[in-house]
Amino acid sequence: MKRAITIAWLGFLVSVPLWLTNLYVLHVLIMTGIFIIAAMSLNLLLGYTGQLSLGHVAFFGLGAYTSSLVSLGFSVHLLPAWEVTLDPKPVWLGMLAGMALAGACGWAIGRLSFKVRGAYFVIVTISFAEVIRLVALNWVELTQGPMALNNIPYLRLGIPDLIEVSFLRKPANYYLVLAVAVVCYILIRRLVSSRAGRAMIALRENEPLAASVGVDVTRCLVLATVVSAAMAGAAGALYAHYVRIVDPDVFLFIYTVTMVIMVVTGGKGTLAGPVVGGCIFGLLPEVLRSFEIGPEVQWVTYGALMVLVVYFLPEGIVPALRGWWRRRSGEPVEAEQPRPAAEAAR
Amino acid sequence: MDQFLQHLLNALILGGTYALLGIGLTLIFGIMRVVNFAHGELYAFGAYMMYLWVMVAGANFYLALPLAVLLGAVLGALVELILLRRLRGADIDTTMLVMIGAWIALQNMEQLTWSGVAKSIDTPFPSTPLVLGAVSVSWNRLFVFVVALALIAATYALINRTRTGKAMRATFQDRETAALMGIDIARVHTATFALGSGLAAAAGALLGPVFVVTPTMGDLASLKAFAIVILGGLGSIPGATLGGFILAFIEELGAGYVSSGYRDAMGFLLIIAILVLKPTGLFAQKERIG
Repeated sequence: MKRAITIAWLGFLVSVPLWLTNLYVLHVLIMTGIFIIAAMSLNLLLGYTGQLSLGHVAFFGLGAYTSSLVSLGFSVHLLPAWEVTLDPKPVWLGMLAGMALAGACGWAIGRLSFKVRGAYFVIVTISFAEVIRLVALNWVELTQGPMALNNIPYLRLGIPDLIEVSFLRKPANYYLVLAVAVVCYILIRRLVSSRAGRAMIALRENEPLAASVGVDVTRCLVLATVVSAAMAGAAGALYAHYVRIVDPDVFLFIYTVTMVIMVVTGGKGTLAGPVVGGCIFGLLPEVLRSFEIGPEVQWVTYGALMVLVVYFLPEGIVPALRGWWRRRSGEPVEAEQPRPAAEAAR
Repeated sequence: MDQFLQHLLNALILGGTYALLGIGLTLIFGIMRVVNFAHGELYAFGAYMMYLWVMVAGANFYLALPLAVLLGAVLGALVELILLRRLRGADIDTTMLVMIGAWIALQNMEQLTWSGVAKSIDTPFPSTPLVLGAVSVSWNRLFVFVVALALIAATYALINRTRTGKAMRATFQDRETAALMGIDIARVHTATFALGSGLAAAAGALLGPVFVVTPTMGDLASLKAFAIVILGGLGSIPGATLGGFILAFIEELGAGYVSSGYRDAMGFLLIIAILVLKPTGLFAQKERIG
């Protein structure tokens, strides 16, 4: 039954470009998909290990910039006499490089800040994002600074001159984003139900207890950070080669906040949460725009919604709906509830 | 050498307001265990109140300043009463999310009210700087420095010499025991948040006329306040005071000798360096948060 619903959903999502003729709506869907991937990556950290990364946009932006620069090529002076030049490389290689660099930064951040966690981790991640943004803004030779990187090539896959798929048009990009999102979803599902994933959840629930039964705390958290960062980097790379222009504004803090709101509203620590939250907050701006509501009002609404969700749906929409569905259909409530108790004890 | 002295003087003067920001944030964290992401918005609020009274209403500059601080404290008390009171005892992530929501909402309300255009505030000070040998300082900045020092001294006096301050210190040490001794924790929390917010608003009201006032000015102020507080150790008031001056020195020297584009990055590099070398801050306390 559950599998049938999943397949029906996927079938519906695959069919969208076939009947949707409005390209603007398709564009909104692609952007929503990219943000859902980023939100899923954040959820791995925030939802499953309980660490709030408020610099997640740094990984996203690193992925976008690295991928663009590798595929555009660059030449910079690291020292006045030492010039480093890179010829343009294929886009898929750039995307992998973007993921790798984001993942490496995730590793460094994880190693660095898991000595001290909680508020410290939050602040380190914010600082990291802010430093990266200032570098992107000021290192004009490499990043063009506020002039932005233009004419970023689009992705092409296949064997040149024989069979080649180019991801220039919107439907192709839609399928690309959908495929990456599905891969990320499956990856996260497999990860959190693996041994390492159970260790992460154990950590979130009760760290001293988890450590006492032999969970390697730092290793576990660093693993989550690396996977999460690389995934956010992949989302950034998709963004760069779809929009084909990247400027330092991709590092704006407001995008991190958007991801956090998506995860928290949808339900942190659930697989479907970021998808539901991402759909709501990806499409909401368009709905608000059709009512001619300005961006400031939109952000005020976001802020207020965030407060309201924490007050009234502290677990998020997905767990709340699940609970409601169980009660309605009279199923016994699973012993899935010790989370609030564990939180109270903390 | 002259240039170095000038940088030193600039840093000293900026450090006073940074210390105000840091003390406000560290008080709120130490006593309430709330990571106040809306701190920078109170700073921006103070600056906008100066703009409102001086430039729109045409009030006297010296009257507008205490008024702006007072209104900042009132706004802080309201935030505490409306948003945080019900969450007392909730874990740190919950209050953090609420404060992030408050930050986004407040900042965009500022943007709605005042538009995104930068505003400048006229001051009653002469435009010729005060020249002291090789270095010079504008009268406005000197005024900012003196008022900031006075406010820091007043905060220390409030915490160390008054009954409210005693209640705050007791709550800081042990909330449960303080409550058992008959201290009204709810009132202490409101007073703390109002005090911290008032200090942030004071920093904004002082620096607003020096720089320009924009709706997003609070973001950097929040982040710098975090840097200061981490530098001094979470919850340490002397640490935050010293941290404010240290950050100002590092920024000023970094801007002067490295690159002015990276001025604002210095604080963040500092945070990262501190966490690598001495994660508990310079004024380490026995306990760690997290």
